[in-house]
Formats: sequence, C-alpha cells, structure tokens
Amino acid sequence: MIGNFVGVLFDGIAYGSLLFLISVGLSVTMGLMNFINLAHGAFAMVGGYVCVTVLQKMGMPFLATLPLAFIAAAVIGLVLERTLYRQLYQATHLDQVLFSIGLTFMAVAGATFLFGPTQQPVNLPDWLRGQVHVLGLDLGAYRLFLIAVVVLVTLGLYLLIERTRFGAQIRASVDNQTAAAGLGINVSRVFSLTFALGSGLAGLGGGLGIDVLGLDPSFPVKYMVYFLLVVAVGGAGSIKGPLIAALILGVFDVAGKYYVPEVGAFVIYTLMVVLLILFPFGLVRRKA
Amino acid sequence: MSAFSSSALKAKSAAGATDNQLVPAMDKSALRLPNDRWKPLEIVFWLLPVASYFLFPDYLVLISQIMIVGLFALSLDLILGYAGIVSLGHAAFFGLGAYTAGLLSVHGWGEPISGLLAAGVVAGIAGLIVSFLVVRGQDLARLMVTLGIGLMLFEAANKAAFITGGVDGLSGMAMSNLFGVFEFDLFGKTAFWYSFGVLFILFVLMRRLVNSPFGMSLRGIREGGRRMPAIGAHVDRRLKAIFTVAAVIAGMAGALLAQTTQFVGLDVLGFPRSAELLIMLVLGGTGRLYGALIGAAVFMVAQDKISGLDPAYWQFYIGLFLVLIVLFARGGIMGGAEKIIARFKRKEAA
Repeated sequence: MIGNFVGVLFDGIAYGSLLFLISVGLSVTMGLMNFINLAHGAFAMVGGYVCVTVLQKMGMPFLATLPLAFIAAAVIGLVLERTLYRQLYQATHLDQVLFSIGLTFMAVAGATFLFGPTQQPVNLPDWLRGQVHVLGLDLGAYRLFLIAVVVLVTLGLYLLIERTRFGAQIRASVDNQTAAAGLGINVSRVFSLTFALGSGLAGLGGGLGIDVLGLDPSFPVKYMVYFLLVVAVGGAGSIKGPLIAALILGVFDVAGKYYVPEVGAFVIYTLMVVLLILFPFGLVRRKA
Repeated sequence: MSAFSSSALKAKSAAGATDNQLVPAMDKSALRLPNDRWKPLEIVFWLLPVASYFLFPDYLVLISQIMIVGLFALSLDLILGYAGIVSLGHAAFFGLGAYTAGLLSVHGWGEPISGLLAAGVVAGIAGLIVSFLVVRGQDLARLMVTLGIGLMLFEAANKAAFITGGVDGLSGMAMSNLFGVFEFDLFGKTAFWYSFGVLFILFVLMRRLVNSPFGMSLRGIREGGRRMPAIGAHVDRRLKAIFTVAAVIAGMAGALLAQTTQFVGLDVLGFPRSAELLIMLVLGGTGRLYGALIGAAVFMVAQDKISGLDPAYWQFYIGLFLVLIVLFARGGIMGGAEKIIARFKRKEAA
C-alpha cells in the first residue's frame, strides 16, 4: 500500500514536471504581455511531431531529436509573435481568446492533414524503457529521465532569469513595461525572445511528453485546460507558482485516476475550481 | 406595451418641451433610454423565418436548429456582449437544460412547455451558483472557472451513464403534443413553430431587458467596471443577475433542442459547443442581439454546406476565419453593416 502510494506520488511528480515544462512559457508570456494564449498547446504539439518525424524518417537517436523539437517550436513561436501576436497585445482579452482559439483550430486541422488523425507511436531507446530499482522501489526509467530533464531545465531557467542580464531585462519588463522601456531596455525584443523561449520549452515538453501524454491532432485542445490551469492556479508571471501548481495538479490527477477511476477527470476539475475560489489571483501573487 | 410607453414618453416630452428649455437638446437625447420602438427592418427580419417556412419546406429541421442555436447565442450575447464576461463554458447551461427536458420526458413527463420551464429553472439555479464564482477574479479566472465547470459537467454526464446514457446519448424521449393538440411530426413542422414561438417571446423579453436601465448599467460595467460603483451601481449583483438570466435562456435553448430532436447527445455539454457559440456570436457581432441570430444562421448554413466535404478542412477554415475577424473585421457582420450604413448616411448628409 505504501509502495503503491509512493509509486503514484512518483508518477504524479513526473506528470506534473512535464506539465510545468510545457506551461512555464505560457506563464511568462501571460505575466509579461498579459496575453491569454490558448494556442500554447499547439507549440507543444509541433515539438511532438518534429520529434516523431525525425525519429522515424531520419532514424536519429531520441536524445538528438529533443533539441530539434525545441528549436522548431521556438522558431515558429518567434515568427508568429513577430507577425501576428504582437498586433494583439493591446487588444481585449476576448480578442486574444478568439485569435488563439482560431490558431488552435488551424493547428489541429493542419496536423490532421499532415499526419492523419491517429496516435503517433514513439520508440524510446532501450535504456529509457523498463523499471529501475531505487531504494527497493520500482520506478519507471523514462519518468526518472523526465524528472531529471525538468530539474535541469528549471535550474537553467532560474539561472537565466536571476543571474543574467537578459533575465534582469525580463524581470524589469514584467514588473513595469513603461519604466523598463524608459531605462533603455528594448521591451519589444525581450517580448519576442521570451515568447520564442516559452514556445521552445513547450516544444521540448511536447517531444518529451509523447510517451506520457500521447500525440494526436487533438493534443492542443485536450491539454489546453491543464496548461491554463497550471498558470491560472500558479499565478501568471512567475516560475515558482506554476511549478508548485503543476506538481499539485500532476499528483492529484494521477492519484485521482488511480484510486477513483470511476470519477476520472472530475478530481482535477474540482480541485481547479476550489483552488481558483481560494486563490483567485494564483498561489504565488506577483508583486505589483 | 413598450411601443406604447415610448410613444407616451415622446408625447410628454413634446408637451413639456418649453419647461425643459434649460437642458440642451443634445444632452437630453444622450440621457434618455434608447428608443425601444421596433424598426421596420426588425419586423422584416422576423418575417424571414416565417417566409422561409413556406419557401424551404425541405429545410425545416435546419431552420429550427438555427433558431435554437440562435437563442443559445443570444444568451451568450447577454453576458459577453452586454456585460463583458468572457465565458468558455456556456454549454454547461445548455446541456443542463437539454438533459433536464430529456430526462423529464424519458421518465414520463412529456409535456413540452412545462419541460421547457423546468429546464430554465434548473439551468438558472446552476447559473446563480456559478455566478458567485464568476464575479470573483478577472478575465483569466473567469475563463478558467467557466471552462472548468463546463468540463466538470461533461465528465459528470459522461460518467453517470446510468442516468444520462453517457456516450451513447439519452434516447427514448416521448414528447406529448404541444398544447395537447399539435403532434411533433416527422417533417418538423410543429418543432419549427414551437422553436420560433419560444425564440420570439424570449427575444422580445431580452430586447426589453437590454434597453432598460438595468441593461444600460451592464454596458457601463463592460466599459468601465471600476467606475460603476461611483454612480451607485452594485456591480457584482448586476453581473450575477445577468449571468443567471443568460443561464436560464441557455437552458431553455437546450431544452428546445432536446424536445425537437427527441435526443440528447453528450456533445451538448462539450467544449466545442461553447467555442463554436463564441465564434457565431463574434461572427455576427456582439452586443446587438441580432448579431447572435445572424451569426448563428451564417455559421450553421456554412457548416451544413462545407463540413460535408471534409470536417478537418471545415475546422481549418473556422480557425483562419476567426484569426482574420480578430485582426481585420472587429464587430462581425453587424459591425460591418453598421459601418457601411454610417458611411452612406454621411454621404447623404454631405
């Protein structure tokens, strides 16, 4: 029973860290640009399809496909930000919602056209399959790998935002755009690069997540709620908030599906509504 | 009644014109409530469905569906177009209404009008409860709460298959005759007039509502919610009220769909229904009532014609269309028409 519980906890943490990886970009763009981007899952899907295509068509090793997933999603994000997204920063939230729903629909239809409506298989290398014995527990090797990658990425993000010049520019722009621009920071460039980084991380998450979340054209719609949830519950504009929120949601979702399968996804939605009532501005509220 | 009161007002203002000399004419028209009189164009608009009954007898089912979805879009227009609440889960109330009417009929209560009212009551109670959550927080939190509640209800209906029929849908509805006289026939004639009647009555009520002082205060909240308390408006209470009203109407639209098709599918609660509803409303133009009806008609006819070719292409075009509307054509069909009319008027004046 205890071992069971630890297993569920472990799976939940792996699932949650994947959610965090995909959603962190959304959190930053929402905090930075106040843009409600429902199409964020589409960038994750791009990463997933890049991964699968490169893996199957070109036979590249799995690890080598992940940077490609990051780069492809980041480039698409950069282009879309430069051409379309930036026109709507001043628009109402309704416009942003409609625009990003439109993008999502196009991404879903495009993926169906290019890859067909079926689930994409992913062939993991042998060393990522099966179980690993740690302290008398059987843990999935791939999930351990997932957690390790997310820990590394989070550390990297932390260093980037807290220790570099670019990170300082991001923080300054989040806190006060006008003042940041007045100090000579090119806020528009910071926006573009941050958006590209966030999309890239989503793409990386999409590639890593094929084995856990699956990959088919409905991906952006199916998981949209989860990504938004992480940001809405965690609080937009921070990294710590979404991390905590993603882990909570991941653990509860896995536990709910394991212990009470008959109510299924009900657990997560109830949790979400309760959390939003208790913390209407997110768990970690950004300093004004 | 409304026409009477507005003409009475006019007579009064004409008689009292000399007393009000101090107030400049411009200000008076700005302070007055909108003219509630039915314009000729509106009357023509409402004759269209009647004409289409005789012109397109083969499309009665589609036209009934358009009117039902139009009613549903009207309910969203109340909260989105007038009060400015972005909801991604409005299908929750539509579905609640549909299942209420459906379950009543399956369990032997087939009388349509009472089923319709019961659906409105159930959806309204749910709307009242949800409205307490919606008025907390800003756009993102509202979006999430409405989306979450929609998904919760969908999951609930999916899992509670012993009540709702789950994925297979709720079938076996037996409707009794409308007013005890008109049978729901295979050609959808009764369904047509039933839908038309309910839509028209509710439209008249909604039209009255949005042109009332209450409706004006909603527009005030939409334009600047923080300033409204300063003129004595209780913002939260008004938002709760309109959200509840919108839920009642959405529930009735759901009931109409269930009663006229005699089937309730799980998709009445699905996210795509909420999203498509938003698209129709934006396509037609928000905050105008007629935009909701026109948007629903255009969307449903286009869907009927195009989606037969390939559902995936249809979705691509809706997406492209949405992006283009947001970037270039704010205000939708009605907004565009108003701009053209305004341009003509300016030319005439010049």
